[in-house]
Formats: sequence, C-alpha cells, structure tokens
Amino acid sequence: MSDENRRMWSELGLNLRAHDQLLSVLSNAYQDIYLSQQNRPESTSYFDDVMSEIHGQRIQELMREKQQGRKIVGSYCVFVPEEIVQAANATLVGLCSGADFAEEEVEKYLPRNTCSLIKSSLGFKLGRVCPFLEGSDMIVGENTCDGKKKFYETLSDLVPNMYVMDLPQMKSQQGRQMLRSEFYRFLEAMQDLTGFQVDATALRNGIRMVNEKRKAIHRLQSLRTADPAPISGLDALLANQIFLYEDPRRFAREVHKICDELEQRIERGEGVFPANAPRILVSGCPMAVPNWKVPHIVESAGAVIVGEESCVGERGNRNTTEEEGESLEELMEAVVDRYFGIDCAIFTPNPDRTEHILDMAKRYRADGVIHYGLQFCQPYLMESFGVEKSLEDKGIPVLRLETDYSQEDSGQLQTRVEAFLELLK
Amino acid sequence: MRAAGIDIGSRSVKLVVLRDGKIIHSAIADTGYDPQGVARGLLDQAAWDYVLATGYGRTMAQLHFQAPTVTEIKAHARGVRHSCTDCRTVLDIGGQDTKAISLTNGGKVTKFEMNDRCAAGTGKFLEIMASNLGFPLEDFGAQALRAEEMQQISSMCTVFAESEVTSAIAKGADRREIAKGLHMSVVRRATAMLKRVSLTSEVAFTGGVARNACLLHLLREELQLEILVPDNPDMTGALGAALLAAEA
Repeated sequence: MSDENRRMWSELGLNLRAHDQLLSVLSNAYQDIYLSQQNRPESTSYFDDVMSEIHGQRIQELMREKQQGRKIVGSYCVFVPEEIVQAANATLVGLCSGADFAEEEVEKYLPRNTCSLIKSSLGFKLGRVCPFLEGSDMIVGENTCDGKKKFYETLSDLVPNMYVMDLPQMKSQQGRQMLRSEFYRFLEAMQDLTGFQVDATALRNGIRMVNEKRKAIHRLQSLRTADPAPISGLDALLANQIFLYEDPRRFAREVHKICDELEQRIERGEGVFPANAPRILVSGCPMAVPNWKVPHIVESAGAVIVGEESCVGERGNRNTTEEEGESLEELMEAVVDRYFGIDCAIFTPNPDRTEHILDMAKRYRADGVIHYGLQFCQPYLMESFGVEKSLEDKGIPVLRLETDYSQEDSGQLQTRVEAFLELLK
Repeated sequence: MRAAGIDIGSRSVKLVVLRDGKIIHSAIADTGYDPQGVARGLLDQAAWDYVLATGYGRTMAQLHFQAPTVTEIKAHARGVRHSCTDCRTVLDIGGQDTKAISLTNGGKVTKFEMNDRCAAGTGKFLEIMASNLGFPLEDFGAQALRAEEMQQISSMCTVFAESEVTSAIAKGADRREIAKGLHMSVVRRATAMLKRVSLTSEVAFTGGVARNACLLHLLREELQLEILVPDNPDMTGALGAALLAAEA
C-alpha cells in the first residue's frame, strides 16, 4: 500500500488496522476465487486492476473530484437515480455491504435475525472500514424493506449526512405519483448539496452518461446468450458489482473492450467452460462485493452462470432512460418511468419479476434456475415460493437456496448445488 | 470387474463392493476424527477395481484417492432402486443431513429438499436427546415406542429442544413420553420436507436413523403410506455409489 493511500484513509477517519485486515482478506478471496479461474478473457485484467485499487486509486479519484467542487453521494440501492446525481454535478457510489464486519458491534444495534446485507452495511460503518461511506457528502437511504427502513434510523444517528427517500410499494398511478414527487424532492436536495441548478441540458447529459454504462453492460449480457458462454458468471457478476462505484466513462469503455474480445471468442466457438456445461440463471437477492460465495460454488461444480436476475444484475441495470425530452420536466418524467419499472420484491403484487425471470431463463438458454435468498430477507424469500412454482410449471428446474455471508454452510450448499447439477444432466 | 462405492458420512464410513450386480463385500466404521484414515482402512481391507465416492467427505476422497464423486442425493436415489424398484420418494436421515428426494418412474432425481446448516431433525439431534434422557442410542426408539402418551416438543432446534426437555423433566414428565415427543418432532419435520418434494407412491426410508422403530412407526401413522426400509438402510448411499460405479 502506498503512503499516499494510508494518509488518505487516515484523513477519512478509517480504522487503519481493521482496514488492512479487510483488504488482506479481500485480496486473498480474489486470488482464490477470481485469479484461479481457467480460460478467462484477457481483457478481464481490467477487473483485476479495479479490484486491486478498490479502496485506493478509485478513492483518490473521488477525493480529487471533491477538491474540484464535486460532491460524492453514497447509496445502498438501485432506486437512487444516478441521472439526477450526475446532473447536479455529483458522483454516485454504491456503499460497502458484501461482507461480515464488526459483527459483535452490529448486534448492539440490530437484532440477530437481520439479513447479512444490512448487518454488513452497519458493520462497515461501525468498524470504520468503508472509504466510500466516510468520503460521502450525502448518504441516501431508501424505504425498501422494513429492515433497511429501520437500519437507516440507526445509521442516521451515526452519520451527519443521511437523506432518506421514500418509495411506493404498489405499481399504481398513485405509486408512480409518489415516486415522482420523491424524485423531485431528491432533485431539490441534490441542488442544495452542490449549489448547482439542474436544467434540461444537465439532466440530459446525466441520462446519457448513465445510459452509456448501461449499454455497455447490456452488450456484455447479450453476449452471454452464446453457447458455450464466453465469460464466467463470476466475472460478469464482478462487472455488475463495479458498475455501482467505478468511474462511469471508464467502465463503459473497458467493458466494450471486453465485449470485443468476447465477440472474437464466440466467433471461434471458444467458451470459458466446455460447451456441455450446465447453464444456470441466478435470481434473487443482490450480491455486493465481495459476496462471491454461491457463484463460486456453482462454477467450481462445473456449471456456468449465464445471467443474474438481481439488483446487482439485470433487475438493476436492464432499462435505459429515454433521452429525447426537451424540457427538464419531460426528462424528469423519463427518469421516473425508468425507475418505476424496477421489479423489486418490495412491490405488491410483483408479477413483472416472475415474467422477467421466465424471459431471462429463455433468452440465456438456462438449464436451471438457482433462487438465491439471504436468510431473513422476507421479500425475496417469500417470493421464492411463487417463482419456483411458475418456473416448474414451465418445466424449468429450480433450486432454492437460503444463506448468509458466513462460510459455515459451504459444504451443505456444495452438496445441494452438485445434486441440482446432477439432475439437470 | 469389482465396483466399489464408499459413502463418507459425518457419523460413519460405509463401503460396498459389487460383482455382476451382487454384493460381495460390505463394511462400516465410525468416522471419528480421521475420515480419510478410516476410508483408506476400509478400502485397503477390500478387493475392488474401481471406486466412486459419496457423502460429505467425497471431495476429500477425490483429492486423496482420485475417486470420482456423486452427491449423497444421487447415490441414495440409485441405492434405493436396488431393492425397491418402483419407489419414487426417498427419505434419508443421516448423521447431519435430512433429505427428501423425489424420483421419476425411471429413477432419475427430479426434486430434493435438504436441511441447511443446523442439525435439527437429523441423527445428531436424536443422539444428543437420547444422551440427555439417559437412553443408549440403540435403545432410544424402542423405549420411546413403549410410551402410551407423548409430551409435545414444539421446537425442532436442538438447542431449544434441549431447554424444552429440561423443563419437561423438571415437571416430572415420563422420560419415555418425552422421547416419543422428540421422535414426533423429527417426523413432523421430515413430513414437511416430503410434502414439498411431493409424495407419489410408497416411500423408501434410508440412512442410519431408519433403524429407529419409533420413528418408522410414527412416520407410517403420520403419512398413512407404506414406508419401506431396505435391509441395511445405512448402506444405501454406498450401495448406490457402487451401482453407479458399475454402470459408469
């Protein structure tokens, strides 16, 4: 680690010792899970660079942006409209929530039966090991599930800059109206934060920039429909994970380079796994860095993951925002429309999600679907029963998994995944 | 050719060797703290040409004996069909896992359920409870079966069930009745799993716990179905692995 990084982390108020441990665990996990993969496309070295500098170079860049007057906004959810953040001269980053940290401290604030993602979010704050969070000028929470709602109450006592966005729970006219008014309130809050008045041009530019990175990942995803799949599910997941905090322009450029290489691979009929490897679609709860547990088990067992129906995946990135509007109002309507289409399990009823899973299973030619549920995540665990039935009615085998961030159930998960792959043959 | 199947479970290691579809050798040993050593011991004492490994220790076998592997689920499904050719539903209760498996007419696995990380409703649960009540494990089922009534044990978690047992003992409840209630809690859990994979025809009950007479009795009562137990229910996984090895 460079002295420059250490100085920066120290200025951000990180606990350097704990942070060193975290980085060392992360680096080992990356080594074991990512660098041990066979037949990786060469251009995925971009991911290696991003991951090795996850708390280094990227944070340096954000700090430079701050010095130049931009603001940094941290978020825990794909409902926070990045277009508006960009338009207001700020940068949006996803905050750390993918690993257990400071668990004993966390239990002083949250009940044990809280999902890993929420516990992790608080653990990174209490342990002072997330430079994205410590460097944020505003932290945006959103009222999705009950766990997150109450967690943001706890977090607002621990950070000086918490903003909570309310969200509808039904896809009704009133629901859309509510999202619209919340997005306008957010626009005001962003303008207050940055002192920058957003006009149609600024919002259009914001929309275009975010659309460009979405188009890059859409291209990557469409290439995974090829058989054999040209890229592993682990690498594609990583693309979706860094999508949430990497510089958007660089992300789009580098992912297009990877896609160029994947197209050549497809032309040569070259895959990352043999052509007969079972193709798996993963659906359910989001997997934040470094939560690679289940994909690693699946791909180590010889299957390839071809799609993620997840917030860190197609549910989060699938639609672009209409760029054609003339006025700020028209463009704001387009932003509202785009986000109102997200089929998160907090909505009731939520038939669009099931439709999307069926559509993805077909498009990516999946042999089976693994439903990934985080223990205690009520919305997704409850939906998993209906999802399972809808898929089985179409003759698509399903394996429902429920787990957390610990490794203690790896053996059992491995047995279940392997048995599932055996029945697909 | 002699085809061997080795099932490295949490409680015991089982070996079956087949020649022309006939069992020519079988052996079982406690897993203890050295599954690799125990497995090697069993394999060294038998004559065989190739081996297929299953059970939670299968990956270790792959590493140390270069044995190919299948999961316990596939192995049990295959093993059951050896003696019960029409069975389409399998319940396997072993040392640390409980599995409900549904099969096609042809014997292929179509769906399965398996307990996750905790030992609730498994052989380990019964072992701990037998010891708490002062019964030898081999006698636990027979003693429970002799109770006329049963104490309701609502918790399936080993830790919580222990507190329930403690308070039942403190109230002066008959220990056989407590034992019967504990068996019933395992049956309820197994029944729920079986219903999730669908119950089509007669059920085969495998794994070491299938030797428990009380569990078998309660399961028959609860499901109102024919429950078949193979001659050596704890050898089913090893037998299945040997059959799969012979067919490979």
